[in-house]
Parts: sequence; C-alpha cells; structure tokens
Amino acid sequence: MAIAIPKVYRSTVGKKAVMAVTGAILVFFLLAHMIGNLKVFLGADDFDHYSEWLRTMGEPAVPHRTLLTVLEIVLVVAVILHMWSATSLALRARRARPVKYQSRKKSHAQGYATHTMRYGGVIILLFIVWHLLDLTFHVVNPKGDGYTPYERVVADFDASRWYITVWYVLAVVLVGLHLNHGVWSAFNTLGWRTPRNDRTLRGLAFAVAGVVTLGFISVPLSVTFGWVS
Amino acid sequence: MKLTLRIWRQKGPGDKGAMVEYPVDGISEDASFLEMLDVLNEELIAKGEEPVAFDHDCREGICGMCSLVINGTPHGPERNTTTCQLHMRKFRDGEVIDVEPWRAKAFPVVKDLVVDRGAFDRIIKSGGFISAPTGTAPEAHSTPVPKPDADRAFEAAECIGCGACVAACPNGSASLFLGAKVTHLGLMPQGQPERWDRVVSMLETHDAEGFGGCTNTGECTVACPKGIPLDVIGRLNHDYIKATAGGRKQ
Repeated sequence: MAIAIPKVYRSTVGKKAVMAVTGAILVFFLLAHMIGNLKVFLGADDFDHYSEWLRTMGEPAVPHRTLLTVLEIVLVVAVILHMWSATSLALRARRARPVKYQSRKKSHAQGYATHTMRYGGVIILLFIVWHLLDLTFHVVNPKGDGYTPYERVVADFDASRWYITVWYVLAVVLVGLHLNHGVWSAFNTLGWRTPRNDRTLRGLAFAVAGVVTLGFISVPLSVTFGWVS
Repeated sequence: MKLTLRIWRQKGPGDKGAMVEYPVDGISEDASFLEMLDVLNEELIAKGEEPVAFDHDCREGICGMCSLVINGTPHGPERNTTTCQLHMRKFRDGEVIDVEPWRAKAFPVVKDLVVDRGAFDRIIKSGGFISAPTGTAPEAHSTPVPKPDADRAFEAAECIGCGACVAACPNGSASLFLGAKVTHLGLMPQGQPERWDRVVSMLETHDAEGFGGCTNTGECTVACPKGIPLDVIGRLNHDYIKATAGGRKQ
C-alpha cells in the first residue's frame, strides 16, 4: 500500500479520488463555517464569543489556538491537493484533444454547473484570497485590527460598500454551483453512486449547495439591508 | 433533399486538413447518413475527384466501425443510434451539416474522416479478457450468475467500442469504454480471477495512450449509441481504488 499511493495518484482515477476526498473535507468545513456565521443573527456578544471560542478550542488539554491551527493546516493542504489534481486533469484534457472541433460542440448532458467547475474554481480561489485579506488579516477591511469580529463584518458589508456585498454573493453562488456538481461527482468518483441512489445523490448535492449558498449570502445581505447592525 | 455538407478533408496523417463544402441534391429522406455519403462519393468519383474516406462495415449498428461527429455530436442528433442507422429524415431540407472525425490525440486521423482506434485494441489487450480453458464449452448452468449481475454485465457488454464516448468527452477520456469492459468482465464469475489486475492494467494503458481523465460531465453516456450508463465509470473507479489503495492487486 505504501508503494501504491504515489502510483495511484499518477493515474487519472487517483487524481479524481484525491479531488473527491479533499472536496469532502472542504464541504464539511463550509457547513461548519456557515453555521458559525449565522451566529451573527444572535447578536454581537454571541458572534464574538464564538470567534474567541475557535481560538480556545481544546483548552486546557492543548495550548491556545492549537486546534484552530491544525484545522487551518488541514484546509490549506486540502485546497492545494484539490487544485493540483484539477490543474493536472485540465492540462491532460487539453493534451488529449490537440485538434478542436470546427463545429460548435454541443453539450447534451448534466447542466450549467458542470461547465463552471474549472473557471468557477479559479474565481473561488481569487475570492478566498480576498476573503482572507478582508476578515482574517484585516488588510482590505474598513475597520481592521483593534475592532471586534462583529464590528468588522458590519463595517465590511455597509450599504455604502454594496459592491463588496455583490462580490461576496456572486462568489458564494459560484461555490453553490461548484457543490451542485462536485458533491454528486465525488460519489461517482469514489464508486459509491449506483443507478438506485443517483436521484438521492443529486438531491443531496442540490440540498448541500442550496443550504451553503443561502446560509452564506444571508449574512452580507442582512448587513447591507440593515437587518443586522 | 438538398443539403450543404461541410466535410473534414485530410490527405493523410501529416496533412493539416480543412473543412470542404459540398452541395448535394436529390437525397432520399429514407437514405442513411452513410448512403448519403455514398451518393456524394459517386459524384466525386464521376468528376474525377478523390472520394471522402470514412469508416463503415456492418451498417446494422452493431460493429462499431462507423463514427463521424455530425454537427458537433458523435453519431449525429438521434440518441442511441449509430451513424449508419441515422436517417436523413432527421435533418431539414437545405440544412448545412458539419461532418468531422473523432477528435482525440489517441485517435490520430488516418485520412479524411477515418481515425486509428488501435488505442482501444491495446487497452483490451492489457486486460479486457478472461483466462479460460479452451475446448468444449462448459455446461452453461454449471456456473450460476445472479440475474441482476447478468443483466448489468449484459448492458455493459453492449459496448461496440466505437469511440463516441471519447469524441463526446470534453476531456477526451475513454472512461466509459473502460468502465464498460471492467463492469462487463468484473461482474461475471469467470472474470473474478483477473478482476483487480485487469482494472489497474487497463487504466494504466488508457492513461499511457493519452486519453484524458473523467470529470463526470456525463457527455459520454448521452453520445453512446448503445446507451452504456454512467455508473460503469463509478464501478471502474471503485474497483481501481479497491485494487490499489485497498491492496487487492497481486
């Protein structure tokens, strides 16, 4: 097995399996992140307390910020492996068809989401960079250091900065499209999709995509429209 | 019917090739697509021009020889139908029809619309078989096969190896072909001894031939003239992961 893994990863199926597993890690993270975000509706104290708890998780068994750091490392590794596999498969696909069709290639299967996976993924990456600079490193946040997480969120999506809200909503919708195909696709990649559970898996993917999209966009929209201040 | 054909013409593997326009007239609605090309070729020969080269054999929809990407769709607009079984009544009078060969690095163009599908033969050679003693066929009931397995295996065995899945795939992957073979043989008791080695060996050959990787777009199964379902790819993935990461391979 120890020798098998690198060889597995070199194969096209192995690369997709890596994408499925890392994608699953990221989906679970998104769900947890979304539930945390919704605390904003319980008020500033709850939200900030939750934010602080993320750093004190596991104390006193482990030192301050240990579990959060471990989680961050897992996420960074998952994102890198996910992108690495995707890029490798995209380059391989380009090499596999050096002469393109003259006639416009018609798509007969699946739907819109499937065709957004590659460029959508790149836009999501750009969004993540912005999002980290904004609410993790406070570089592009109007409030920045010295304020509470709640204050930073409220300042960020202020009605005067509507374009930031639009950017966040668009990015989250792309994440939703990504999940609508990705969650279902992961099951097929790992060989867990059968003719009998296909409808269930499509439903699951749609539900996960819908919940994540609505959960995430509710926060910036509520701030912009003044329902949270 | 009166039609304008735009056909890919390429003198040989080294030639650059281009789309050439041919007007045809007096085509019967009941002619098959290949018969329509036969009419064009007769005219071209009469005029002293080089006829259009295309693959065909049984013209009954079972041999897997005919190909052609018609208006951007492998085997044309009709579902679950090979090009030879596609009839001209599926087109409008006066329509412009694009005819191109399968496009994949692993399927190099030999001439015009003919591509070399030897890559599929090499994939089969690397594992698409079972080892059985030769001689008299054994009594059919001596090896029972559960009915659902027999049905799924038969469904996968319908693959005629035409390559439409590769032509339709945005990644140029042959995963549907590969999955059909792995499912067909891997479901039968006779296919068990080589099951895990087969899937690894066939996938390695597939990748080495320069086909792309599957990203579950589902274009292949729609283009497949035999309607091979997408779940054969799930089974391929499942068997491959079990064979390698699960350590089943010898």
